[in-house]
Amino acid sequence: MEQIAFFVLALLSIASALVVVTNRNPITSAVALAFNLVSIAGLYMVLDAQFIGLLQVIVYAGAIMVLILFVIMLLNLREEAQAHPVGTFQRVLAPVATVLFAVAIGRGVWLSTPPVFPAASAGYGTASSVGRELFTTFYYPFEAISLLLVVAMVGAVLLAKKKLS
Amino acid sequence: MIDPRLVLLVSAALFAIGVAGVLTRRGAITILMCVELMLNAGNLAFIAFARLFDGPEAQIYVFFVMTLAAAEAAAGLAIVIALFRLRGTTDVDEINLLKW
Amino acid sequence: MLTLIWLIPILPLAGVAINGLLGRRLPKAAVGLIGCGVILASLLLSVGAVVELAKLPADARHFETSLGTWMPLGELAPGGAGVTIDWGFALDPLSAVMILVVTGVGFLIHVYSVGYMEHEEGFARFFVYINLFMSMMLTLVLGSNLLVTFVGWEGVGLCSYLLIGFFYDRPFDERTGLSCADAGRKAFLVNRIGDFAFVIGMLYLITTFGTLEYRGVAEAIEAGAGGHALLVAVGILLFIGACGKSAQIPLYVWLPDAMAGPTPVSALIHAATMVTAGVYMVTRMSTLYVHAPEAMAVIGLVGAATAIFAATMGITATDIKKVLAYSTVSQLGYMFAAAGVGAWTAAIFHLMTHAFFKALLFLGAGSVIHGQHGEQDITRMGELRVKLPVTFATFVTGALAIAGIFPLAGFFSKDEILWGAFSSGHRVIWLMLALAAGLTAFYMFRLTFLVFYGRYRGDYHAFEHAHESPKSMTVPLMVLAALSVIGGWIGVPAALTRGADVNLFHHWLAPAVASGAHEAAEGAAHGAGTELSLMALALAVALVGIGAAWVIYRRRRGLADSIAAAFRPVYILWRNLYWVDELYEAAVIRPFYAVSRFSAGFDKWVIDGLVNLSAILTDIVGQLLKLFQTGYVRNYALLFLMGVVVVLLFLATV
Repeated sequence: MEQIAFFVLALLSIASALVVVTNRNPITSAVALAFNLVSIAGLYMVLDAQFIGLLQVIVYAGAIMVLILFVIMLLNLREEAQAHPVGTFQRVLAPVATVLFAVAIGRGVWLSTPPVFPAASAGYGTASSVGRELFTTFYYPFEAISLLLVVAMVGAVLLAKKKLS
Repeated sequence: MIDPRLVLLVSAALFAIGVAGVLTRRGAITILMCVELMLNAGNLAFIAFARLFDGPEAQIYVFFVMTLAAAEAAAGLAIVIALFRLRGTTDVDEINLLKW
Repeated sequence: MLTLIWLIPILPLAGVAINGLLGRRLPKAAVGLIGCGVILASLLLSVGAVVELAKLPADARHFETSLGTWMPLGELAPGGAGVTIDWGFALDPLSAVMILVVTGVGFLIHVYSVGYMEHEEGFARFFVYINLFMSMMLTLVLGSNLLVTFVGWEGVGLCSYLLIGFFYDRPFDERTGLSCADAGRKAFLVNRIGDFAFVIGMLYLITTFGTLEYRGVAEAIEAGAGGHALLVAVGILLFIGACGKSAQIPLYVWLPDAMAGPTPVSALIHAATMVTAGVYMVTRMSTLYVHAPEAMAVIGLVGAATAIFAATMGITATDIKKVLAYSTVSQLGYMFAAAGVGAWTAAIFHLMTHAFFKALLFLGAGSVIHGQHGEQDITRMGELRVKLPVTFATFVTGALAIAGIFPLAGFFSKDEILWGAFSSGHRVIWLMLALAAGLTAFYMFRLTFLVFYGRYRGDYHAFEHAHESPKSMTVPLMVLAALSVIGGWIGVPAALTRGADVNLFHHWLAPAVASGAHEAAEGAAHGAGTELSLMALALAVALVGIGAAWVIYRRRRGLADSIAAAFRPVYILWRNLYWVDELYEAAVIRPFYAVSRFSAGFDKWVIDGLVNLSAILTDIVGQLLKLFQTGYVRNYALLFLMGVVVVLLFLATV
């Protein structure tokens, strides 16, 4: 059962990722990305990380994607022109490098991971277990991250506002 | 049971697709979206390892990555807006003043 | 006073410092006072020191002092003794004679210069330079080892350059196109050739004997150290150095052109002191030369040959100073010939008397030039004895002295040299020197008659304004004339006094020099009779020379020209100075310039080219690398990815 869910979700995510990368319309890419994010959330659930999966849906698919869509609409982006790569250099090397890269990672990953998941402990992936860790061991990073969010907010407002002429 | 190696392969594939997107696309926002794709691929790998090592630490890393991705998306989009105001386009090939 | 001998060369430096720093702002009287005053101080100090030296017993007259260690060299050969060189100064009879001559004649010339240089700009600069010269010359003479002497040696060469080129913006010789600055350079460069040989000689000495102290080397040689070949080689090398400094063949060419300098310079440096440094040095190393007879033979021959050679050039010269310059070269040849036959004391005796009358002659010439406002060509002079009476009287005294007329100084010194040559068996050298004596008398009186007698042949306007020189110039002339008369009387040979040994000079100097052939032959094979007849012969030769000059230049007017026409090839040869300068120009200077041009080109194209090449290469690499900066973000991302892939592959294989 799990395996079927896994395969389906995996396929969905890969397919939607391909759409993101290849479609010329930015709106289509955005929607495909949302799809991808949700399927990845599903993958998280399959892997017993319930809390994170929830967060993925709420934050990523819910907030970030909406933000991106907002901006696309704001700038009224049309279809993208045909991506002509700049120079032979890019045209030849980009696919080569990407393939090499994928092969290298894939091979490395395949050879270094055990083939079976161990049994999950009780309370693995629940909000309480993650929360407990977060507010005890990772307290300082947590506070720092909240500070970072403030900074990002201020930065975004400053960058995007119209200049007072 | 699911083979962890397959999970990681999926993650690798997603990441490679994201990389291809960054190298190929011309729209600034589309490139940002591909970057999000790559980040998610990384998150997936983290979750797989969390499950392998049976601990909450990796999940917390994912938590942080997500937060950072949000902040980065906000700032990046602000930059794109500022750039659009300046150049009238989000085509990254038009932004080439640092050439030799 | 003896312990203060190191002050003797240092005192003139005070003059250098004061006049050098403040001279421009001081009145000329003050500059002159300081410049002459320091020399007077050195003179008095020298006199005091020599008096004290004389109180010591004859065989212990040697005093050394040191201002400290100069070069602690350590071992020159592994396992050898440590070698050090000190700032040593020594006073012995030889250097005593030298410092008295240098400071005495030097002082007179300094006083003369106050009058002579009165109207020249650069008055203070002049005194700075000649004070520096005096300091260097005294260092040369008082040094207790070859290296301190060499410091002075180089120093006087430098001052000679500075002083010859004193009028640095004036041209000098129309025939060769030389300027005064060129003449100074020529002197320095020719000197350098000699100095090179000198240094090599010193290097041989220090590596063989481990010391450059005169006493140390003499003792080592007496003890038998150093092979014969080495001693001959060193002797010849040092003599080459002396040839450069004392203008012997083949390095004499700078001295006639050195007349570009002011006349007091010619008197001081190129007559009385600097050029005698070579003679001094050879005499100092007499112990070495006595053990290297081949080197002495070379010295003797070169000296005698130079004596005749230079005399012939003096016969046809027309510049008053150049005649005197050739005369100096010739007389220096006499001194070296004396050294070469072992008559060391005779050489120094002649050095001293020559300083007196040659300085007198040069200063007299300066007075003539000064009185005529710059005319130096004797064919445009004449009848000057009525206008410059004191100059005339003193000049004639000097001419008689140099011709060797009894009882003036030159007679005794020249005669001792001739006797030394004859009695030690060097008959050829004796003959050459005797011939040169005749020529000397001839050209000196040719000069005298052309300048002071006859009718004035130059611009009559100049003759009207010709006047005697001021007291500051005529008083030194008179003092030197007096010295030229009595200066020989301290060296009267025994032959003339019927056995009474009153040759004070010889006694004074003998302990300081090696005993040579001269002493050995003294009184042995040849008796007083031979000596007397040779004296008479020399006197006769001198009188013949004077008579010939009188006839040619006073009695029969056209005779000079008809002789010149009759012996035209010889005349042309002498007039053009045997084309030696031209020979050097073609054989040495032109090839040297060619090499220099080649080197300059090599430096400019190859060496600079290599440096430029590295810059060009860097530029090319930069041009290539800049192609990576396309401005497109996607290219940068790709490069980034490529880097990551490389790292991954690397990690995968590890």
